[in-house]
Amino acid sequence: MAITIEKKLLKEWESVIGLEIHVQLNTKSKLFSGASTNFGAEPNTQACNIDLGLPGVLPVLNKEVLKMAVKFGLAINASINSPTNFARKNYFYPDLPKGYQISQLDSPIVEGGSVDIISKEESKNIRITRAHLEEDAGKSLHEDYEGMTGVDLNRAGTPLLEIVSEPDIRSAEEAVSYLKKIHSIVRYLDISDGNMSEGSMRCDANVSVRKKGDTNLGTRTEIKNVNSFRFVEKAINFEIKRQIGLILNGQEITQDTILYDSSKDETRPMRSKEFANDYRYFPEPDLLPVIIENSFIDKVKTEMPELLEDKRIRFINVFELSDYDADVLVANRDIANYFENVVEITKEPKLSANWIMGDLSAFLNKENLEINESKVSFENLANLILRILDSTISGKIAKEIFEIMWESGNDPNMIIEEKGLKQVTDSSEIEQLVDKAFMENPQQLADLKSGKDKLFGFFVGQIMKVSKGKASPVQVNKILKEKLEK
Amino acid sequence: MSELYRFSIKDKLKGLLERKFSSIEITESYIERIKNFDSNLNSYITLTEDLAIKKAKESDQRYQAKTNLPLDGIPIAHKDIFCTKDTLTTCGSRMLSDFVPPYSSTVVEKLDNAGSITLGKTNMDEFAMGSSNETSFFGEVKNPWNKKFVPGGSSGGSASSVAAGLCSAATATDTGGSIRQPASLCGLTGIKPTYGRVSRYGMIAFASSLDQGGVLAKSSEDAAYLLSHMSGNDPKDSTSLKEESIDFTKTIESSLKGIKIGIPKQFFSYDLPDYIQKNIEETKKELEKLGAIFCEVDLPNLDLSLPIYYILAPAECSANLSRYDGVKFGYRCENPKDLDDLYLRTRKEGFGDEVKRRILIGTYALSAGFYDAYYLKAQKCRRLVAEDFEKAFKKVDLIFSPTTPGTAFKAGDKVDDPLEMYLQDIFTIPANLAGLPAISFPTGFHNELPIGMQLVANKLEESVLLSSCHQFQKITDYHKKWPSQ
Repeated sequence: MAITIEKKLLKEWESVIGLEIHVQLNTKSKLFSGASTNFGAEPNTQACNIDLGLPGVLPVLNKEVLKMAVKFGLAINASINSPTNFARKNYFYPDLPKGYQISQLDSPIVEGGSVDIISKEESKNIRITRAHLEEDAGKSLHEDYEGMTGVDLNRAGTPLLEIVSEPDIRSAEEAVSYLKKIHSIVRYLDISDGNMSEGSMRCDANVSVRKKGDTNLGTRTEIKNVNSFRFVEKAINFEIKRQIGLILNGQEITQDTILYDSSKDETRPMRSKEFANDYRYFPEPDLLPVIIENSFIDKVKTEMPELLEDKRIRFINVFELSDYDADVLVANRDIANYFENVVEITKEPKLSANWIMGDLSAFLNKENLEINESKVSFENLANLILRILDSTISGKIAKEIFEIMWESGNDPNMIIEEKGLKQVTDSSEIEQLVDKAFMENPQQLADLKSGKDKLFGFFVGQIMKVSKGKASPVQVNKILKEKLEK
Repeated sequence: MSELYRFSIKDKLKGLLERKFSSIEITESYIERIKNFDSNLNSYITLTEDLAIKKAKESDQRYQAKTNLPLDGIPIAHKDIFCTKDTLTTCGSRMLSDFVPPYSSTVVEKLDNAGSITLGKTNMDEFAMGSSNETSFFGEVKNPWNKKFVPGGSSGGSASSVAAGLCSAATATDTGGSIRQPASLCGLTGIKPTYGRVSRYGMIAFASSLDQGGVLAKSSEDAAYLLSHMSGNDPKDSTSLKEESIDFTKTIESSLKGIKIGIPKQFFSYDLPDYIQKNIEETKKELEKLGAIFCEVDLPNLDLSLPIYYILAPAECSANLSRYDGVKFGYRCENPKDLDDLYLRTRKEGFGDEVKRRILIGTYALSAGFYDAYYLKAQKCRRLVAEDFEKAFKKVDLIFSPTTPGTAFKAGDKVDDPLEMYLQDIFTIPANLAGLPAISFPTGFHNELPIGMQLVANKLEESVLLSSCHQFQKITDYHKKWPSQ
């Protein structure tokens, strides 16, 4: 169902958006048990007595998650609450083994802070209300069992950091930009793999609309569990239009929970029964308030990696990269690392950047690979660039060699040697080639000498062709000029 | 050897070490007694006869090899709230009537490792909610002193079995008085340690911030033997105290001379029967003979204890019992037609009335709009009660009171009057709210039913409680009496 509203009408409205992002922390074991957090195992093989909520079992906090949450707090300039408290959030669902989720309500571990995003080519600050720790639920599998539901509790108890923004976001594009920013931060901090398709990062969006200039907030709806950047944008845009459409029709917005159906590209309210919950939060009596010492925070500070913004500035200042190149390279921490490894060897930032953003990216994209899965190691790419720099090969031949490197995974030096692709730089050899070309094309030579300068290119081409591209173009140009001037 | 059950734990250990009798002899004598007498009492839900015999044989081998453990060969029973690996653990509920845990509670593990022998699992009020052991799915438990009377609850099975000589001692739990009240009603010594002293891991939760494991025994000394091997820090319980376990038998001979005992004036505003008033005076005199000095203390917020308790305990229980939903383990209703039906019928059929009552009270107290008025207010008041005790313990070493407002009552008397039933715990609840250790010990009889008095101590002062009761028991013989079979 597509909603069409005149563009002119749409312009009179603005949307107010806040995101709740669930980030799965990449600890080895769960938030309150020693069970593994690996993704993709056989159902119910990675859930221990504690994850199953058997009678009498008790949660014990995994200290690793505190460090991760503190790292995130420091990265967004937030305050770290001490003591930070856990609470029980009560609701019944088959994939929630205890009938309550251990979460945080009062004094969440991270409070306040903000991040800068780029919106319409300008920097914009988005405030973060809080980030709290909680355990994930299991999964209900409705498809595989006729008339029944399967429950897989492998994911139950996996640590999540729920990051709640203030309603500072004004468009779907800004929402995506903010989501990407958080994605980049958690990846830089190495506290999550941020893999949205595996559910390591999920997002709820609170959306309301109001006439531009209004200061009161409209009634908001909550779009639940969107799991890709593209769907977040589509879902929010659809929901904005749906709400404006309702208001223009004289209808009221009700505070609903909304499902985004990516197959139909539409949002629709869930049955009220599915979300009419009073969670009856109260302090978790099985866990004591957690004291986070200043010394602990100081220690985490020393372990903080360089974040995106700082890296970007360093790339521009130290490597003299353009803003654009720096942006592209730092957007993904692994690409930035790969780049730095290559430059370490080549000492040539611009050419290294071009290769990574050009040929390497193209090959990765074609096979849908992450840079960590690249078939060309950073050492091999660096060696290839070194051979260009010392004129062993031309840039054109380098592209051919790169393709072979990609297919074989071999070292470029070996490929150059084996295939005899070494550039011809011996001037006597090139002189012979030039003489041969003059001899075979007397008419063109005469025309060139009489002033048809275009034919210079013709001779360069001829010579390169005969040498099968191995002749150094610089050398060919030089010798050709010398001979003509004689 | 038919009188072996009358031996104290100390004497049993001595006899075993000197090989006057064997572990297998003691264990078999208890199994025989259970078979002869428990059908009248219903104190056990599960008897683990084969396992006990096997363990007793191993125990004898250790004695022969002189590698015997501290409680080697002592037959005990566990309240059916403590998970026992591969042995049915019901918590007195239909909901868990087929639940066999794949793990043991820390308490059971520790006592196993000390060489004790588990005879079986004792009956209890369903999910430890009750003061008469009439709420168990597995039937009422009788008081061995008079089978028309209740043994108290919720650890009624443990109390009844120890009082009848069907085990040497038993583990129990106390959320608002569930160790001390049955101790009082059955003429036993029952200790509830400091909150966090005994691990709660594997102990099925009722109200997590109040639940504490402890012991029901014939004497203070027997209780000291068990508690020494139950307590101590447990990394599996985040609320467990850092303190390592102590050998409480070593300090049990400490004198009462100069020990200051406070009597809260508030306790005596209650309308206590004459025989209790009289017993208080008599007990006081005995303790004074031993050198204790009595004075009055003020616990101004004491009267808030019962209402605080009946908000906080149900609130916590309402969440703790949510896991019994028919999905993963335990009882499931037949042919549920959808998810709501599964939840509703499983919980309707699986839980008894008292459990449902408390889940409802707790759910209400935590609901949006009521949380501040009930739960939050109760938490603040709990703090006030704890502060009253903190102040009092600057002045005195122990606080003295009756354990219960009277002796055991007849079965059926209070079962339809929950408020009257809740008053049973009026003297015991304050120690749970403040997380303090407390002991109940036998101090006399009225109409051939035992009377018990209670001492409360400051945090981690269990040794003073045990030694004080032990000194009292050296000059009295109430704890040595046995009911007629």
